[in-house]
Amino acid sequence: MTVGAIYALVALGFTLIYNSSDVANFAQGEFVMLGGMVTFFGYAAGLPLFVAAVLAIVVAAVVGLLLYRLAIEPARRASPVTLIIITIGASIFIRGVTAIVLDKNFHSLPSFFGNEPFVIGGATLLPQSLVVMFGVSLVLIALWLFMSRTLRGKSLLATAANRTAAQLTGINTRAVTSTAFVISAAIGAIGGVLATPITLTYYDAGTLLALKGFAAAVLGGMGNPLGAVVGGLVLGLLEQFSAGYLSSQYKDAVAFIVILLVLFTMPQGLFGAKSVERV
Amino acid sequence: MRRFLTSPFLLVGAVAVVVAILPMILPSNFYMRVAALVYINAIAVLGLNLLMGFAGQVSLGHAGFFGIGAYAMALGPVYLGLPSWASLLGGTAVSALLAFLVGRPILRLNGYYLAIATLGMGMLVAMVISNEANITGGPNGMEVQRMVLFGWRVAGSVTWYWISGISLVIAALVVVNLINSPTGRALRSIHDSEIAARVLGIDVARYKLLAFVISAIFASIAGSYLALLDGFVTPTTAGFLLSIELVVMAVLGGLGSILGSIVGAAILVILPQALTVFHEYEHVVLGAIIVVFLILLPSGIVPAIAALIRRRPA
Repeated sequence: MTVGAIYALVALGFTLIYNSSDVANFAQGEFVMLGGMVTFFGYAAGLPLFVAAVLAIVVAAVVGLLLYRLAIEPARRASPVTLIIITIGASIFIRGVTAIVLDKNFHSLPSFFGNEPFVIGGATLLPQSLVVMFGVSLVLIALWLFMSRTLRGKSLLATAANRTAAQLTGINTRAVTSTAFVISAAIGAIGGVLATPITLTYYDAGTLLALKGFAAAVLGGMGNPLGAVVGGLVLGLLEQFSAGYLSSQYKDAVAFIVILLVLFTMPQGLFGAKSVERV
Repeated sequence: MRRFLTSPFLLVGAVAVVVAILPMILPSNFYMRVAALVYINAIAVLGLNLLMGFAGQVSLGHAGFFGIGAYAMALGPVYLGLPSWASLLGGTAVSALLAFLVGRPILRLNGYYLAIATLGMGMLVAMVISNEANITGGPNGMEVQRMVLFGWRVAGSVTWYWISGISLVIAALVVVNLINSPTGRALRSIHDSEIAARVLGIDVARYKLLAFVISAIFASIAGSYLALLDGFVTPTTAGFLLSIELVVMAVLGGLGSILGSIVGAAILVILPQALTVFHEYEHVVLGAIIVVFLILLPSGIVPAIAALIRRRPA
């Protein structure tokens, strides 16, 4: 469930960017990696854990903004495949810079509330798992409030629904898309901060996370935030169950087989809307 | 004369000439090996380009076929006692069969859904290879027996330069022939609009499957060649990163461009070799180059240059 919650955050960030700009951002995992790595180095440099975490989230958000302004926006008119490759190039770049500026070792963070496991009805639970679940819920509630209660959030929804129409009603879609990149980078970094005490992190951790997040987003139905969260949780649960009951070596295999089966029967994912192609 | 100049067959001829002349310029065996690597990757990218550039279907799982081809060369001789050439054919057949079986349900999907389904398929192949350690050697990889043809031991950079170079020319010829046939026109119509193609009476599913199987065969053969050139296989030959690399090569060089496939492969193979002088800055530079090139030339290098030349008054 903990892993699933992280996948859900990555998938959510993925969906946000996809909705506002039609870009499938394969650099999404790098935000998670940055969240964990920067927090570790801030903490190691003597900052309190909380301050280091905030710093990491800010760093990731700035990287997200730069990613949009420097790499995505100049290539606005390129085809979707080209844009995907650009985000992959950007993720290689971010990884390279991280390896140089920080380092290439594995790092962990101390758990926020100790390592003594709870026992609830025979099941043991690490405090950090609760922190992850609680943190993810907070992020979801904050995001929902932002989307439904603020003007900026509503203009983001409008841009996602129809970019041209949003522009015609006077929405600055460029600023809105920047916001989407900043928010999803921050969401990714929060995931990284929360998960690192359990999962460790290193400069190359982003690739697999981006992949799983993408898979979760597609499983849930591309562009559907609820689908992204459900997809992430389902993917995490599948992995844990197959690791526990079948074989830990094939846990990723089970996840992908289920995704394939879902797509064969529901080509638009679990919650995807049926789209009609205009000719 | 004009028709001759615009003919894609001339392009294949030019590629053949370059392949023939290059050994005279290359200073050492090391460069011959790099050139052979370029050709081998270019074969796989050509197939992928047929699928992506002409039929418009994305695949993030072609390293799976590449890996099957490579591991066939390691497993065939050891477990089945097959000679290398038979293992190569066997690996190709397995890849084609897998593509045929998986292709039909997978190719019903569109866009990102297709991307994730092919990615899942490729990951499954990679996972079987790295997890069945008692058969495949797992993450440690496996030794590959050198190919022996009529008592001649086929090994060495120079030998493989010629084999891969000639194979690339043949592969390019096959693709050129295919896209200038009714099949090629059908594929392009699917790329432009699947519904319109179906209305015109084109069996969309069949042609997509055809492109998928052909591209799988190309990737598998390229994988086999790489295994024979290296004399060793590891699970990375089937890994997700290779799938991505193949797609990057195709897009960077130019989708729907035969020369683009070769240029893309050349850049992504040669660049990391050249960038080793930057040591730890290697990834930074590689990432930056991909981003900058695609921002400036979003349709890929070769189509962008071709458009420039065409725009100039004759």
